[in-house]
Amino acid sequence: MIDALGPAEWTAIWLSLRVALVATLAALPVAVWVAYILARKSFPGRQLLNGLVHLPLVLPPVVTGYLLLILFGQQGPLGSLLYQTFGISFAFRWTGAALAAAIMAFPLMVRAIRLGFEAVDPGLEDAASTLGASRMRVWRTVTLPLVVPGILAGGILGFAKALGEFGATITFVAAIPGETQTIPTAIYGLLQVPGSEPAVLSLVVVSVILAMGALVLSEWLARRMAKRVAGR
Amino acid sequence: MIAVDIQKRLGAFELDVQFAAPKGVTAIFGRSGSGKTSLVNAVAGLLHPDAGRIAVGDAVLFDGATRQHLPPHKRRIGYVFQDARLFPHMTVQRNLSYGGDHDAARVIDVLGLSHLLERMPAGLSGGERQRVALGRALMCDPQLLLMDEPLAALDAPRKAEILPFIERLRDEVETPMLYVSHDVSEVARLATTLVVLDAGHVVASGPVGQVLSQPETMPLVGVRAAGAVITTKVAGRLLDDGLTELAFSGGRLILPGILGVLGQTIRVRIPAQDVILATVAPQGLSALNVLPVEITRVEQGRGPGVAVGLRAGNDHLLARVTRRSALRMNLAVGQKIYAIIKATAVGPEDIGQ
Repeated sequence: MIDALGPAEWTAIWLSLRVALVATLAALPVAVWVAYILARKSFPGRQLLNGLVHLPLVLPPVVTGYLLLILFGQQGPLGSLLYQTFGISFAFRWTGAALAAAIMAFPLMVRAIRLGFEAVDPGLEDAASTLGASRMRVWRTVTLPLVVPGILAGGILGFAKALGEFGATITFVAAIPGETQTIPTAIYGLLQVPGSEPAVLSLVVVSVILAMGALVLSEWLARRMAKRVAGR
Repeated sequence: MIAVDIQKRLGAFELDVQFAAPKGVTAIFGRSGSGKTSLVNAVAGLLHPDAGRIAVGDAVLFDGATRQHLPPHKRRIGYVFQDARLFPHMTVQRNLSYGGDHDAARVIDVLGLSHLLERMPAGLSGGERQRVALGRALMCDPQLLLMDEPLAALDAPRKAEILPFIERLRDEVETPMLYVSHDVSEVARLATTLVVLDAGHVVASGPVGQVLSQPETMPLVGVRAAGAVITTKVAGRLLDDGLTELAFSGGRLILPGILGVLGQTIRVRIPAQDVILATVAPQGLSALNVLPVEITRVEQGRGPGVAVGLRAGNDHLLARVTRRSALRMNLAVGQKIYAIIKATAVGPEDIGQ
């Protein structure tokens, strides 16, 4: 079965992993921060932020991809700004695929992490502050360790979503082999070519294995963390 | 010395509290919803008052006039919460030393924690958790200790397990304490000063014996809970009968049980509803304690009861009788009568050291 995977397919697999990993790692700190302020702070515009975060979840992915194209394309306002200041280019590059995956995975990550923050008793943070801990120390020694299971769950959920992202990716950066062709776009492309069923099937199996692996890993980590946090 | 004068509006509720507490244990007493927890949260810095001033010794923690609000972590205040709030992901040892290692060996010894150090909070009993929480607060070397109903979540045996620890703290550690409670027995046992809160306002404050023996206090603490607190010394031990004789300025009391050693100071709460009044010295009575007293106050309540303030030597007692009895006996201020206290009326929860 592995024989059915040609060099093009292997390239798509490695590229998918790289895109999903970069997307997850880049989005995670922002997701933690947004989840924290949504769970704990009240400020004007909180509902607006909440809506904005959830937008990629409810918009058709093609629309998200198109908006990314307008904003981050070579001529787009953000795209040209980033290119001129940092030399980063998104259009039709693997970085663009990672950006699309990160945007699409972001709402799922925020939701999972926010649940984690809401499960932490603010009373414990109060207790820590009366014991002389600064806000930084409270965050580092009490809040963060207790919310780690939520962050892991959000991260792995985001990774799985990023791995499977299709609509926004193909709209924003197309499916250029070796640059932006991930597993889902590769499968889609192969389906247009007669006689490529064995390769399609192999990529489908790889997708299932990767997704299941991520799930099992997250379950295992979550259980370990839950044990540590519950103190048993 | 703690000086509190704060105002805070919380929705429809208004907290407006002024009191000064000397050294020792100051009990904040009141019904639930009277503002006790908001008050200690303000002292801890977890609640920002609208106006006023909070000072502990020379340190000003809050001053509305100069917009000074010291954040909680700079206040050096130990706070023992009703629900312990131990960090679930840390061992008892790490919980204890989270705020510092001040006097660690002695705190661990006094609270009997040495065998728990490696355990996790989830595996502790309620009483053990509160002891760890108390130790954790003490080890950060606080200039003031706040305790918000630390025993409320515990059953009677667990309470009995922890109360002696708090008594030892009061007597051995110099740290002043604010102790929130709605249990008058606890207050009588532990407190030197009492502040009674009702609907966000201070309605009575002063030395605990004085406040609790005032007839006016009775409706605030509840007629069943009212009763004077007197400080006595162990004068004799009637081992054969299992009784202890206690001396105080107004005479002698005989109570069941062997309480302490000769000469030891013991605080006794005498519930007002268990004091019987007689105009003549009674004879042929099973009650062991008959004290000659003078009436200082006669206070009509709203119900059928009358609160009678009594002076026995330099101490004050409080009795609750029916209005009918008060009228029939012609009770009046200055009258010299007898107070009869049944030895078994004073329960073990009313006796402290």
